[in-house]
Amino acid sequence: MDNRSPAVEQKASSTVHRPSSGFAQAVFAITWKDLTAELRSRELLSAMLVFALLVIIIFNFAIELEPKLRPVITPGVLWVTFVFAGTLGLNRSMAIEKDRGCLDGLLLAPVDRSAIFFGKMLGNLVFMFSVEIIVLPIYSVLYNINLFNPGLWMVILLGSIGYAAVGTLLSSMAVQTRTRDMLLPILLFPVIVPVLLAAVKASSGYLQGLEMTEITPWLNLLVAYDIIFLAVAYMVFEYVVEE
Amino acid sequence: MKPQPKLLTALSILSVLLFLAALAMVFLYAPLEAVMNYVQKIFYFHIANAWIGMLGFIAAAIAGIAYLVKKDMKWDIVEVAAVEISLVFFFITIVTGSIWAKPSWGTWWTWDARLTTAAILEMIYIAYLMLRQGIEDPERRARFGAVYTLIGGLSVPVTFLSIRLWQTIHPAIIGAQSAEAQGSFGMTPAMLFTMFFSLISFSIIFVTLLWHRIRIGQLTNQVEELKHKISE
Amino acid sequence: MIEVRKLVKLFGAKKVLRGLDFQAQEGEFVALLGPNGAGKSTFLRILASLSRPTAGSVRVAGFKLPAQAAALRARLGVVTHLPLLYGDLTAEENLRFYGRMYGIVNMSARIGEVLELIGLAPRRRDLVRTFSRGMQQRLAIGRAILHDPDVMLFDEPHTGLDQDACDMLDNVLREVAARGRTVILTSHDLARVEDLATRFDVLSRGVIAASTDRSGLRGNLLDFYRQALAN
Repeated sequence: MDNRSPAVEQKASSTVHRPSSGFAQAVFAITWKDLTAELRSRELLSAMLVFALLVIIIFNFAIELEPKLRPVITPGVLWVTFVFAGTLGLNRSMAIEKDRGCLDGLLLAPVDRSAIFFGKMLGNLVFMFSVEIIVLPIYSVLYNINLFNPGLWMVILLGSIGYAAVGTLLSSMAVQTRTRDMLLPILLFPVIVPVLLAAVKASSGYLQGLEMTEITPWLNLLVAYDIIFLAVAYMVFEYVVEE
Repeated sequence: MKPQPKLLTALSILSVLLFLAALAMVFLYAPLEAVMNYVQKIFYFHIANAWIGMLGFIAAAIAGIAYLVKKDMKWDIVEVAAVEISLVFFFITIVTGSIWAKPSWGTWWTWDARLTTAAILEMIYIAYLMLRQGIEDPERRARFGAVYTLIGGLSVPVTFLSIRLWQTIHPAIIGAQSAEAQGSFGMTPAMLFTMFFSLISFSIIFVTLLWHRIRIGQLTNQVEELKHKISE
Repeated sequence: MIEVRKLVKLFGAKKVLRGLDFQAQEGEFVALLGPNGAGKSTFLRILASLSRPTAGSVRVAGFKLPAQAAALRARLGVVTHLPLLYGDLTAEENLRFYGRMYGIVNMSARIGEVLELIGLAPRRRDLVRTFSRGMQQRLAIGRAILHDPDVMLFDEPHTGLDQDACDMLDNVLREVAARGRTVILTSHDLARVEDLATRFDVLSRGVIAASTDRSGLRGNLLDFYRQALAN
């Protein structure tokens, strides 16, 4: 490096920064960062996708999906697939922060801890949606069943939100333990049973064209779960990341 | 380290006596139920164990919140104690339930709301203990434990309601028939008395066990401190 | 600028900091020395608001920790031996991300300025995972000064760098310090630190065992250090 005078750096504190950045700006900055990094490496998405497709193909051999039974079994197969592929995303998303000490970088910034939570959660949600958007058409082709069903899509949206909220919180804990990746499913699965159950029943209802009165209770359950756990997760997140 | 308080010793003795008394009541005092005979007697312990499990569950939830608010380690000790006790007693509950179910309904297991939720709760407890296992720093262990107790604790009633929405064949106990229940029995006053006696005895047993377990937790912490003092 | 009184930090039963007293005036460049496990990193983490004190009082830039940690963060720049950078983003994208997190206005201008200062302007569009460790450390410093902090903390920044990289790092450190910032730096490399710092503190067994400024250094730094540890 050549001899540069210290005057290169001007004292410009009033124009350099505001005392703290906006909440929304921080959330979107984090989500954007995760998406950009993933678009570059494409490691995570391809892993999640390949995994999901393999699971669906394996189901063909594991469960006799005769044509009559398919509408009944499809929601279960889909949701098991999403839940398992989802853990890959959740683990990876947090591991990136932990490995290079980046979590400290996030904590050092003058942003609310819950902004970090929402930023990571949105990123996880986008990953899940990407996998779901690709899996749905492929599944419908492989098993000859029509999944072009806005009701179904809404259920997938609601279910993914609940899953991502709890998943982001628990993966932040799991990544700070010795057993890391292995621990996340153990912590997560018992706690998201209501999401799984409600999502499968509601999906099934839409696919079989049942009356709304049969589906609504499950939708209500999903929404209630989402609201409760989103609220709790975001409030409790700071206890998980701060020492 | 303070020696075992006299009250605790008294409670321990009382617990043993009450347990024996409850045993005696169940086998000698409570009448034989018409249909199920001796198998029905397991019901008293089944209910009492479930009751302790619930107490432990609530104690753990309260301790978790208390720790997050107060940051005092003693709440962490209470939380672990409550979880362990609840884990064991819900397990006994599930097993006694199975022993009852086989002759009553012809199956060891059903996927009704109560049983399934109990099983899921056991999984949450085990996950909790595994979480703690993987953390060295005691402060972080306490913090994460409390957070998971909160999340897990909240999820259990929601899980129960969602499975309930799905199906149930658990018997209705006291008198009234429920439309969904298969297999129920009315209770005579003697049976009621036995049941309440069991509940109260087991409540005392719960407090005794909790206290003992908390003492063990405190002793463990003291040993850690002493170890560090020596190694300096 | 920094005032620490009777700082205690416990990890369970393990007492890492035992009633540590420390202070630094504005503009001082303090070299914090000490053996491994003495508690230097722990101390720096507390000053950085990443860890809470168990007992004692800590004030940085007029803010009380941990109560006013949020307000302090905008004035603090921290560099550890981990880069705190995202390998799959370019140098510029990393700075832009942190710029957003710190709410920086005139982002492009400021980023350009910083990249010039750390000598990484020609590599601004390259992915950080292609950078050598020395370059990553320089970018890490860039990240840390982006928001023009008043106080800077460096935790063993020379770790894993070869001679040339260390020299480059030292140049950047001098420029960063020349602006009147308060700097605390921990290092095992006594020779380097002797050139950089205005003051030398030795942290041993959880307290500051000795402290001196340049003029008080009779003989060389190594002797001073050994002497402090022997007490």
